[in-house]
Amino acid sequence: MRVLIAGISGALARQVAMLLKSRGHEVLGLDRRPWRDAPEGIEVFETDVRKRAAEDVFRTRKPECVVHMATVNALTAGGDERARINVGGTKSLFEHAVNHGVKHVVFVGRHTYYGASADSPLYHTEDEPPHGIGSFPELADLVAADLYAANALWREPKLVTTVLRLVYTLGPSQQGTLASFLRGKRVPMVLGYDPLFQFLFESDAARAIALSVEQRVKGIYNVSGPNPVPLRLIVEHTGRTAVPVPEPLLRGLLGRLGFPRLPPGALEHIKFPIVVDGKAFKRATGFAHEVDEVECLQRYRLLTGR
Amino acid sequence: MARDDSVRDLVNRLELPFNALGVDPYGISKKHLVVGFSLLGWFYRNYFRVHAVGAENVPQRGRAMLVGNHSGGYAIDGAMVLASMMLELDPPRLAQGMAEKFINQLPVGSLWSSRTGQFTGLPEHAERLLQDDRLLMVFPEGARGTAKLYKERYSLVDFGTGFMRLALKTKTPIVPLGFVGGADAVPTVMNSYTLGKLVGVPYVPVTPYGVALPLPAPCEVHYGVPMTFEGTGDEEDSIIKAYVEQVKQRIAQLIDEARKARRARVKPGGAS
Repeated sequence: MRVLIAGISGALARQVAMLLKSRGHEVLGLDRRPWRDAPEGIEVFETDVRKRAAEDVFRTRKPECVVHMATVNALTAGGDERARINVGGTKSLFEHAVNHGVKHVVFVGRHTYYGASADSPLYHTEDEPPHGIGSFPELADLVAADLYAANALWREPKLVTTVLRLVYTLGPSQQGTLASFLRGKRVPMVLGYDPLFQFLFESDAARAIALSVEQRVKGIYNVSGPNPVPLRLIVEHTGRTAVPVPEPLLRGLLGRLGFPRLPPGALEHIKFPIVVDGKAFKRATGFAHEVDEVECLQRYRLLTGR
Repeated sequence: MARDDSVRDLVNRLELPFNALGVDPYGISKKHLVVGFSLLGWFYRNYFRVHAVGAENVPQRGRAMLVGNHSGGYAIDGAMVLASMMLELDPPRLAQGMAEKFINQLPVGSLWSSRTGQFTGLPEHAERLLQDDRLLMVFPEGARGTAKLYKERYSLVDFGTGFMRLALKTKTPIVPLGFVGGADAVPTVMNSYTLGKLVGVPYVPVTPYGVALPLPAPCEVHYGVPMTFEGTGDEEDSIIKAYVEQVKQRIAQLIDEARKARRARVKPGGAS
């Protein structure tokens, strides 16, 4: 099958590309960023999904399946630009898909869709609305992109749409929200809070995405793997030191003295857990993780040389 | 507080799916349970000298719902019921309370309630825990129950009906319990809602001696035989309310039994 990956130069997207290629699919990619050492046989078009050149790729190469991995979070891009990429890009991608005969679109979204707050339940199911956008407005455009992709399920009945809400990933690329948070030797925590974090090893995450491409499952699915782990144990088992800081102080320190520059709402995500129920996806695709939570942390520790 | 080795053994005997890190799928941590129950166990044995009757009525495994009364002040009753399920049952069980929302908002409260399985009282939590065959602890009087004044200590305020619909929907047996003594530990003369607002809790109980630190009053808890109700949870309010009334009456009886037993224990022949 001919698969087009939007955002192919991202760390996880590269692994998805190589996995799909190794399984005999023809893989094309779109990205504003180059993929310099892209393996032979994976054709990368250096363009923005919202640009004319991107539509040409749809028109001339006629992909059967499109995997949308070209969204960004608040750590990567700010303000209007992020909203344009996430919402505008998703809209363009679906328009091109419908106009040029694509049969299946996989939107790779994030489990942070559900938001973190004190009164949100553990194990979110796919039918739940997002919580806590009010306290973390930087999340709004990702939520909007998720919902826009999801309503293609009724807006475009001829197109098979898959919306994945993927948990955090850890792995060789050392990229992603959780990985950036674990970058330093010392990891700040909010004193008196220790949320659960859910993560997949990158190879498992790539396999989950490849499975949804191959099985063409329709619908909205949380994608999770092993049991969630409290942040403090994640920090300790990856060889780092947790530094609990009282919340008012931590708020003041964000972006200073080597503390990560995070929007204030991001603190909710290190106070309260976002844990999703991934049963429906496992039932639909037969997905099972290969790397459990303990091994994932051990491997990450070795990868990052701690 | 030193960790109690016997508590460590009890925690190791809990039939919960802990992983190699000693954490279950809900984030309940053996390490935190040992510390928490060492503390609660000390209060249970030495401070409140809790006397538990009928703990064998709690099923050894499988889903069940402990439903009881709040006896005053704040949830000393809940904490002691947790301790009695850990200390008196064989094998021990972890009861999981449905906590007030503010607890998870507070630093430390959030961490310890999360690590010991005392989650915010959301319908989603309650249903999922029961589907997972856990032991749920419910006080249908809610915060209005702990806000009872000393003089109201043996009364029951209105019961919510959510627990009954959930029990029917998930086919869960209800183990009624009556708890007395909490009001003697925290004899509330009034509740300060203004002070509560300042510190982020619903209210602060005020006692004749000012602060609401608990006195070492002996406590008594009586568990009744499980009650099962047939239905889907979708019944009319009038039916549900009649079932709830049955549970409430059973709890009132258990409170009476517990009062008598406690009276005999505290001051033989005296009135309480």
